[in-house]
Amino acid sequence: MSRPLLVKGGRLIDPDAGREGRLDVLLSDGKVAEVGDRIEAGDAEVFDASRLLVLPGFIDLHAHLREPGREYAETIASGLAAAAAGGFTAVCALPNTSPVNDSREVTEFLVRRGREAGGARLHPVGAITKGQKGEQLGAFGEMREAGVVAVSDDGAWLTDGAVLRRAMEHASLFALPVVQHAEDPALSGRAPMHEGAVSTRLGMRAQPAAAEAVAVARDVLVAELAHGRLHLAHLSTKRALEIVRRAKERGLAVTCEATPHHLTLTDEEVARSGFSTRFKMNPPLREASDVDALVAALSDGTIDAIATDHAPHHEDEKAVDFDSAPFGVVGLETAASVVHDRLVLRGRLPLARFVALFSAGPARTFGLPGGTLAVGSPADVTLFDPEARVKVEPHRFLSKSRNTPFSGWELTGAPAATIVGGEIVWQRVEL
Amino acid sequence: MTSSAQNLRSKDLLGIEALSPDEITLLLDTAESMRSIAARPIKKVPALRGRMVVNLFFEASTRTRFSFETAEKWLSADSLNFAAKGSSVEKGESLLDTARNLQAMSPDLIVIRHGSPGVPHFLARHLKAGVVNAGDGAHEHPTQALLDALTIRQRLGRLDGLNVTICGDIAHSRVVRSNIWLLTKMGAKVVVCAPPTLMPVRIEEMGVEATTDFDRALDGADVVMMLRMQLERQGASLFPSVREYFRLYGLDSKRLSRTSPGAIVMHPGPMNRGVEIASDVADSDRSVILDQVANGVAVRMAVLYLLLGGHPWEGES
Repeated sequence: MSRPLLVKGGRLIDPDAGREGRLDVLLSDGKVAEVGDRIEAGDAEVFDASRLLVLPGFIDLHAHLREPGREYAETIASGLAAAAAGGFTAVCALPNTSPVNDSREVTEFLVRRGREAGGARLHPVGAITKGQKGEQLGAFGEMREAGVVAVSDDGAWLTDGAVLRRAMEHASLFALPVVQHAEDPALSGRAPMHEGAVSTRLGMRAQPAAAEAVAVARDVLVAELAHGRLHLAHLSTKRALEIVRRAKERGLAVTCEATPHHLTLTDEEVARSGFSTRFKMNPPLREASDVDALVAALSDGTIDAIATDHAPHHEDEKAVDFDSAPFGVVGLETAASVVHDRLVLRGRLPLARFVALFSAGPARTFGLPGGTLAVGSPADVTLFDPEARVKVEPHRFLSKSRNTPFSGWELTGAPAATIVGGEIVWQRVEL
Repeated sequence: MTSSAQNLRSKDLLGIEALSPDEITLLLDTAESMRSIAARPIKKVPALRGRMVVNLFFEASTRTRFSFETAEKWLSADSLNFAAKGSSVEKGESLLDTARNLQAMSPDLIVIRHGSPGVPHFLARHLKAGVVNAGDGAHEHPTQALLDALTIRQRLGRLDGLNVTICGDIAHSRVVRSNIWLLTKMGAKVVVCAPPTLMPVRIEEMGVEATTDFDRALDGADVVMMLRMQLERQGASLFPSVREYFRLYGLDSKRLSRTSPGAIVMHPGPMNRGVEIASDVADSDRSVILDQVANGVAVRMAVLYLLLGGHPWEGES
């Protein structure tokens, strides 16, 4: 075991432990050993955090790391390095790889690769059905043993309500949340943008907000029927949030996440950019009223976690017309700065809630270790400099892909260092 | 009707949305003066001699492509025609690679028709050559709107203050979007009319009135523009039958009588007689459908000339 690490003089914010203040944190043997006022360094290495926020390690519930199958766009190593550079200490990898992660073998491969890679921790998400085909349930128990933390057919919403019911019933044996990408494909037509005034102006095929809300409503009712644990990925519409809010009020085990891009951008970007495919993702960018509803839902607890839906694509894949471009944007290296600058600094999200949405919230949602710096927790720490001025420069990304909607944005607040298991795995270099 | 603009601001004509009223007037005035060329025994002026125009048509088109080609020939430009069928695109070449290969041949202008909105904008970002949008999906078809405006101006003397009714498949029409931009910029009042299944959401936010009631839409109209009904949409249950469509939204002489005296009837073509328009209306003296075609060449000459030539056309010196 390496030397203990003393994170000294920083401002600790640990919403889960209800602790906030100028406190030192001693990390030893991969755990939080002590939290207190002026801890003696002893033989520990000292990290001066005096201008930094000391936060429970950030956890991303939703990333696509592309390996195995599309290593030209991202690998587990590049994805976990990008995650660490974005302040994340753990990342959940969705199963839509090639082959799909629907087996113990693929899960084991991912876990091994994640361990070799360093950077952030990797938590695999397994497929609900074999090959994500929506028919035959995957081997949840074996995948659970090998390390999956949730199950999801990701981009393919389970249209068959009976399959969803069985999946939830079966998943409850292993305490696995069932994650749904809520989109009724018949209503959405898998169209490339949101249906509204902008799509009408642009003459673009478009999907109505109702395609998401309809799917959320069905899923919530099936979750109630199955006594299941449902997590809704990347919600983007006001109506969907209303349904989730009501489900929570009724005590159902329903959680949801939102992405930084849906929290800060609208469909107007598609027009303003002249149809740039950097603004094409699914769910699509919505309207200002949806953005406002999402931001409000961060504070009132309807949204449990901010997740990136990091979706790397090679430049060639995106250098096509808007309609034929693949959905998705990268997000690991911009998420914390975008949300801090646009929501926290503009008074739309309290700082402690920002921290919770990146740490305790996601940890609780998937039942993951961490999310707090209470003594005995994993020594996963995000050090965040609230005054750092950064510019989003895609060519500096550690991710292998550059498809960000935030290119050129100047932001205040950025991760300064990322500690995983008591080791500093990434540190910002001043240029 | 003389414009104060001397030139277009952009190297491209991607849509009407980005044009100013002055630029629109400049294009129309230039087109007006180009019309005389069609009346000559020798229909050729040397204005664009030595300039190369590539016609890049990814979607079937007869009249628009012929119209551009005619305009290019009359202005003495060299043109190259590229149809997606049988080309390198069919062999899997990406749009960007196609564009780069064309650029390597140093064309001055690329005229593009594509089924997907925004493709001309994509090319314009990647090419040094100017780009003219000859129709991108259901987005824009700027030269169609210009030729429509030229036709209206010739017949009715102005655009400002006119009541223009556009009826048909509004949802899937690039013609309607370019016409809305142009007509509202020039001070006309636009009413769009369609069955609910063919009316896009929140079209009112483009500055028009929307209605599903064709008779009401025709009351007091100075211009009636009928759009082509794409019959294949019947399969997607966007309307149940051709007969019902004609009964509710077909323009016949009885309906035409609701318009203001002297109102004109337009159609971008190709027409479905008996579906959106009755033959007697299409062939009546109120119809300006063939004028539209003739004006198409003049408008495209003006576009090519202003994008490549510069100063306003004064005729041959």
